Formats: sequence, C-alpha cells, structure tokens
Amino acid sequence: MSTKNAVVSLEDVSKHYKELKALSGVNLQLAQGEVLGLFGHNGAGKTTMMKLILGVVSPEFGKVSVMGMQPDDKSAWHMRAKMGYLPENVMFYEQLTGLEVLTYFSKLKGKNKAHAKQLLEQVGISHAQNRPVKTYSKGMRQRLGLAQAFIGEPKLLLLDEPTVGLDPNATAEFYRSVDELKTQGTSVILCSHVLPGVEQHIDRAMIISGGKTLALGTIAQLRSQANLPVKIKHQGLNSDIASDSLLAGFIHEEDSLLVPEHEKINVLRQLLSNQSLTDVAVESANLEQVYQYYLSQKVASSNDVKKDVA
Amino acid sequence: MRQIFTVANKEFYDGLRNRWLLSITIIFAVLSVGLTYFGAAASGTVGLTSLSTTIASLASLAVFLIPLIALLLSYDSFVGEQEGGTLLLLLTYPLSKNQLLLGKFLGQGGIIALATTLGFGSSAILLFMKHHDLAIIETFAYFIGSATLLGLSFTAIAYLISLISSEKSKAAGGALITWFLFALVFDLGLLALLVGTDSSLSQTTLTQLMMLNPADVFRLVNLAGLDSTDVNGALAVAINANLSQVQLLSVLLAWIVIPLTITSFIFKNKKL
Repeated sequence: MSTKNAVVSLEDVSKHYKELKALSGVNLQLAQGEVLGLFGHNGAGKTTMMKLILGVVSPEFGKVSVMGMQPDDKSAWHMRAKMGYLPENVMFYEQLTGLEVLTYFSKLKGKNKAHAKQLLEQVGISHAQNRPVKTYSKGMRQRLGLAQAFIGEPKLLLLDEPTVGLDPNATAEFYRSVDELKTQGTSVILCSHVLPGVEQHIDRAMIISGGKTLALGTIAQLRSQANLPVKIKHQGLNSDIASDSLLAGFIHEEDSLLVPEHEKINVLRQLLSNQSLTDVAVESANLEQVYQYYLSQKVASSNDVKKDVA
Repeated sequence: MRQIFTVANKEFYDGLRNRWLLSITIIFAVLSVGLTYFGAAASGTVGLTSLSTTIASLASLAVFLIPLIALLLSYDSFVGEQEGGTLLLLLTYPLSKNQLLLGKFLGQGGIIALATTLGFGSSAILLFMKHHDLAIIETFAYFIGSATLLGLSFTAIAYLISLISSEKSKAAGGALITWFLFALVFDLGLLALLVGTDSSLSQTTLTQLMMLNPADVFRLVNLAGLDSTDVNGALAVAINANLSQVQLLSVLLAWIVIPLTITSFIFKNKKL
C-alpha cells in the first residue's frame, strides 16, 4: 500500500512529554475502509497516538499525515470536518439538553439541527433529546458521545474505549454501525483494552506498550507469529490417551490438549482415529491470549536488558 | 467567522440559562436606581440627586462590582471545559484556538454589556423622565460604555486566569485574589506611596501608575468630567492631571486587547 492512498500514515513517529516517551518510532498505514484495533493498557500511548492523528499535538520526530495532509497544520482544518473523535472521558455540558449539545457540535462542523436529531435517532437516545445531559446514564452519555463522533459522515473515526458503559445490546448495535460505516468507506481506529467481541469487527490489530509497537497485523498473522498452541477439547477418551506417544506430550487438562498450530492436523487425525471419541472442539488462541502473549514477550525482553546491564 | 458566532451564541445562551444575565441586570438596576433616588439621603433629602453625584456614586459602586462579576462569569470558561474533556474535543473540530477564544469573549462579553446597559440604563431612564435633560442620556451612555469596557477587560483577565490554572478551584482562588488586588490593594498601595514619599510623587507619576489598573482608569474616565467636589482621596489629585478622555478610553481598551493577546499566546502554547 502506498503512502499516498493511505488515510492515515505514521512514519517513524515519536512524541515525548519532557522525560516521558509517549510514543517512539511508530509506523502505521491505514487504508480507506479499514478498521484497526489499537490495543494497549493505560499509558501505553494510545491516546497520544490519537491526538497526533487528530493534529492536537505535533510529533517531535517523524511524519504524520492524514488524508494526505499534516493534521497539525492550519491548512488542514477543513479536513477536520471529515474526522470524528470519541474521547475516552468526556463530560458534555451538563446543563444543556442532549439535542442542544449535539446541535452545537454539529454547527461547528457545518451541519444543522436536523442532522443532530437524525444522529440521536441513530444511536437510540432521541427519546431523551430534550432532557439535560446531567440526567443521562453512563450508557446514554456514551451514545451521545458516539453520535458526536458520527457528525458529518466522517471519513476517519477515532474511537477511544467506545463500548465502555454500553449494555450488550448497545454494544452489538455499536459494532453494527462500525461495520456499516466500514462498507461506506470510513476508516476506523478502535482503541480499547476490553477485547472480547471486537475480533470479528477489525481488519488489523496493533498492540502497543510503553510507546512502542509490539505487534501489527491481521489477527491471523499475529496468531501465527505468536505461535500460540491450539486448544483441543475432547470427550469420550480415557486413560488410553496418556499411552499414545503422539498425544501424551500435549496433555493440558484431563479433557484437553494444547497443540502447536503445525501439529494440529496430525493430532486431530490421531484423535479421530480413536473409536471411543464422542466429541471434539478446536479453539484457536483468541485475541486476549495473543495480546497477553505480546505483552509478556515485552516484559521478558526488558528483563533481559536489565540483566545485561547488571 | 461562522465558528466564532456559533461559540458566542452558545456562551450567550449559557449566560441566559444560568440566570447570569437576569441576576446581574437586577443587581445593577436595583443598586443604581437606589443610588439615584436615595443617594442624597445622607444629607437629609430623598429624591433625585445631581447628575454628578449620581455618576460618582455609581462609578464607585461599579468599580467593585463589575470586575467581580466579570471574573465570576468567566473564570472557569477554559479550565471547566478542560476538566470536562470538551476543550480537547473542540480542538479536534474545524475550530482554531483563537476562534474559540474570541467566540467565548463575544458571548460572555455580550452578557456583561447587555446587563450593564439594561441595569444602569434603567436609572438613566428614571432620571430622564424626571428632568428631560439630554445631558443625562449622554452622561449615562458614556458611563455605560466605559463600564462595559471595564467588564470586558476583566473578562479577558478571567480567561488568562482560566488558561493558566490547572483546576477549577484554583482558578476560582486566582480570580478572587485578582479582584482583591485590583479593587482594593492597588489603591491602598498608591495611598501608602503618596503618604510614604511625603507627596514628592508628581501628579503625572501618580496618574501613570493608575494606568496600571483598569479599575482606576475606569474611575478616572468617569470622574474626570465631574465637579471635583464630589470626588475625594487620591483620585482628586489625579483628576487634575490632564489626560484626555480619548487617551483614558484607549488605555481601557488596551486593558482588553493586551490580556486577550497574552491569553491567545498562552492558549497556543498550552499542552493538552
């Protein structure tokens, strides 16, 4: 993918706050209509990366470009109408009604009240549009924030912890709107540390920690890089599994085996050839495990460095 | 320009919704009508007093109240939005920092200007109905204009406080101290200087020192044209120094432009 076509492109970007290295040497190319999951724990640099892309802060080193322009440059301001951002914690003007808040933000992006109303409808809080925001529940505030991010059919959406406070129904609804936006060609960066459920909706995942990229790729790529074992649950087999020379080495629990990816098929064949097998289930490592794997790798490598120093 | 207007509109309606406009207008109206009517009560009469006495009393009142009100109205303008997270969000919008600053200034300044006009205007109308003298309207228009400038100056100073404070409560403390310094301490200091230096301070120096306080400039603007018998204290000395009204108003205007410019500079370099 060339830099020109990328909606967001970060080239060797670093951002330091005094001594704190918020980001160092980050590279990323985000294509049109691509959904990227950005994972890392608190203080990993997720928010800094979003601020750089939004043009609120400028990088010390490297180049940030969004839709072919430098987002922190004055000439790029009109482009901001094409970006939507949901901050992690935002307290909207409590004394205003939901509709008033959204109308204010819509107007700043050159849209009108009707647009705001339609968005409130879309996120499902139009019934509360004339109530002050201070009466809203956490979930309703989050929906209002999402409606705010959706103003003006953005080409690029940056969502920081978008599903916090949403109930399972609303979360599903939210992911549906992400999928829909994606088909319309919107690029999305989803920032999260809550992982279940997000896998099916992202094209690529980026794991960062301490301002450095630990991993970037599709979930399948990350999974195979991590080389995490596949869990195979079986039923109906008894002690004869321990006597099997191939299977014995992989025994994890009484009814499950942990098998490296490349041995999966061999092990399955072996299992299926056993007449007493009544059920079998194969579980690849999920995103959570992949995430934990890369984080633990990082800890391991930094321990090595410490040892070297000592 | 549209962006500035959108922000100004929101801030103005916030002022309406919070009853700020209503309260300030009522405070100004009650006090100014009261002073206009009962200003002479001390000398044994009730009724309309002379124009210069009225303006002198109103100016001494306004010089305390208007800075306090302007500071209270605007001290949390930026730090409040920063704490709520909307400041960061607004800056990701197609809205420059200067547009946001000017929008807020127009909106909240509009509240101050309107409240001053309505509040003090009420006594002007009262006096005019009694005396049918156009000089009343003229003098009051001048008073209201300069009072508005004073209010705007402290609105700009409040923004400065709001942007350098890290928390809302600190900004509130800062606003209170600022008011105390400009409204009380500064004049006490001037008096101390006058007494302490055995009046070796020239009139010109004194007047120049007074330019360092927008509240004093406002006093000078309004009292300079009056009978000096209605005015006493350090001010009476300064009044005799010849500074034209245009010069004084320009200084007051500078007290709006300079804090706003500094605020804009601080905002530009602020880490978010």
